[in-house]
Amino acid sequence: MTAPLHEKSAGEATATVDGAPDAPGTPGGAPVKAIEGRSPWQIAWTRLKRDKLALAGAFIVVFLVLVAIFAPVIVGLLGHPPDEFHEDQIDPLFGTPIGSWGGVSSDFLFGVEPVNGRDVFSRIVYGARISLLVAFLAAVFAVVLGTILGIIAGYFGGWIDAALSRVMDVMLAFPQLLFTIALVSVLPNQLLGLDGSGVRIAALVLVIGFFGWPYVGRIVRGQTLSLRNREYVEAAQSLGAGRLYILRRELLPNLIAPITVYATLMIPTNILTEAALSFLGAGVKPPTASWGQMLSTAITTYESDPLFMVIPGFAIFITVLAFNLFGDGVRDALDPKGSR
Amino acid sequence: MLAYIVRRLFAVVVMLLVVTLVTLSIFFLIPKLTGSDPAAMFVGKQADPASIEAVRQKLGLDEPLLVQFWHFVSGIFVGRDYTGGGDTIHCAAPCFGYSFRTEQDVSSMLVDAFPVTLSMVIGAAVLWLILGVSTGVVSALKRGTIIDRAAMITALAGVSLPIFFTAMLAMLIFRTQLGWLNASYVPITESVGGWFGGLLLPWVTLAFLYAAMYARLTRATMLEVLGEDYIRTARAKGLPEPVVLGKHAMRSTMTPILTIFGMDLGALVGGAILTETAFSLHGLGGLAIKGVSERDLPLILAVTLITAACVVLANLVVDLLYAVIDPRVRLA
Repeated sequence: MTAPLHEKSAGEATATVDGAPDAPGTPGGAPVKAIEGRSPWQIAWTRLKRDKLALAGAFIVVFLVLVAIFAPVIVGLLGHPPDEFHEDQIDPLFGTPIGSWGGVSSDFLFGVEPVNGRDVFSRIVYGARISLLVAFLAAVFAVVLGTILGIIAGYFGGWIDAALSRVMDVMLAFPQLLFTIALVSVLPNQLLGLDGSGVRIAALVLVIGFFGWPYVGRIVRGQTLSLRNREYVEAAQSLGAGRLYILRRELLPNLIAPITVYATLMIPTNILTEAALSFLGAGVKPPTASWGQMLSTAITTYESDPLFMVIPGFAIFITVLAFNLFGDGVRDALDPKGSR
Repeated sequence: MLAYIVRRLFAVVVMLLVVTLVTLSIFFLIPKLTGSDPAAMFVGKQADPASIEAVRQKLGLDEPLLVQFWHFVSGIFVGRDYTGGGDTIHCAAPCFGYSFRTEQDVSSMLVDAFPVTLSMVIGAAVLWLILGVSTGVVSALKRGTIIDRAAMITALAGVSLPIFFTAMLAMLIFRTQLGWLNASYVPITESVGGWFGGLLLPWVTLAFLYAAMYARLTRATMLEVLGEDYIRTARAKGLPEPVVLGKHAMRSTMTPILTIFGMDLGALVGGAILTETAFSLHGLGGLAIKGVSERDLPLILAVTLITAACVVLANLVVDLLYAVIDPRVRLA
């Protein structure tokens, strides 16, 4: 399930717990006719292949990733440089694009931006880079941190668990958007050898990831708690296995499925958060394009030039929808209780 | 029960203190990191060092972090005196200090903004709870049918739309194209009709997103509950289906919904920043943005604290309600 962070939704993570599988080792979904043993991952893969919506989502995701990677090539073929002004495309009196539909033409596929006439197509293509990069990296950061701390809290228990759980509670109660805008607004332009956009991207990744880990941590902690007293863990302990060995070889493999599900569903959430922060002016800085930032520019002009608002909005929508479709599919496929 | 409440309230207070301290320390460290100075901002652009220093002392910005923290916290409970240049200004409790920019009393700014946010959130919450839960229940009961699939695809689209985009689309369609609902916010005390008309579009927009989330969650929970043994038992002992669903299944379905409802409500009351920005409503979220963009420390501190307070208090209320709804839950 997505956590649409349009307005920080507190409880979304719980929804994922409900849908998350117990452990891939549970043999519930084995098909009747199969005689040879199949690993849970094979079963999941078979299920995923049958899920048309998930495949459609995966297809769009791959397409978007390719667009992001080959942005310079695509823009070189079909567009104009993303920060090039085309004032000749703008009605000097109203500041709106000449021609109907926001200045859409064979030359400017998605029209031009009001006032300065930048190519909307190029900015959308380059905007995909920011969206996907920030969302991916932040998800990785959150998952790594959340998994490590969640396992530690769940496995060791006692005061470690109490302390980590309180930290997670505080973080979940913290107004993330507000905090991030405040933090980003005071960041210097140059930091540790990064320039303007680099600083902002790094800040976005760190902040989004940092506020994301408690959601992962809560799930991993809960799963670890329920796994740690299973017989096979006890067996490993009685055979003299060390704590690290048990964490790595007995617990982690059984946590991979819920973590995979959550990581997949975290990406669309992060895309929405990045867009929201850019919309509020805390994203990458203006010459660099991002979808949320385009929408925040459009808020003053959408009545006269609706297309400039609709296009970046749909870019976000399609991207998030594709990731959600794929993520839902992965979740259903990995759910040992699932029958779809 | 009483001991439980007391213990939880104690935890709430500690948590709020931590949030305040963290926010304050961020802004305490900023001048050191970036060279920007809150006192200089209070004075304005053409400030001479002497008056900056005077303001710094007056606002207590020259004091160590923990002393500032203490002044802020005690100001909330007993009020606070600002002394500088011979005269003293008393700020009565609950005192959140004065805005660096407008020199307004932050408490009164909060009091002005709160009804806007509260009206918007409560109205939307009523809508989304009815819409979302009923859609989810119907979807779960009609699982696999065309109704279920249509509802779930709509819900998935709903959770994939950024709210500020939905808001702009709604305004484009209803206000610009159709010319409806053009009214801006009017307090309910002035005109109930105007209040309703001004907030209808924000309500629908916000409720659409949350109804989509709640429909998905309700469906998933309901399906899980329907697979439980006690539902089979209830059916096996011959209870009529409405009783099985209404009394047995709905109770457990509502438990997780309620948790999330409480948390969402708390988070939104503390600042529906995006919705308020998109609809130009001047609520707490608007104040938050204003505070941040103008680096108005007292305003930021106050809004952050209120938001966090709403979230943790909502959680507490939810946990207490648990015991009422779910007979399996016993508070200890």
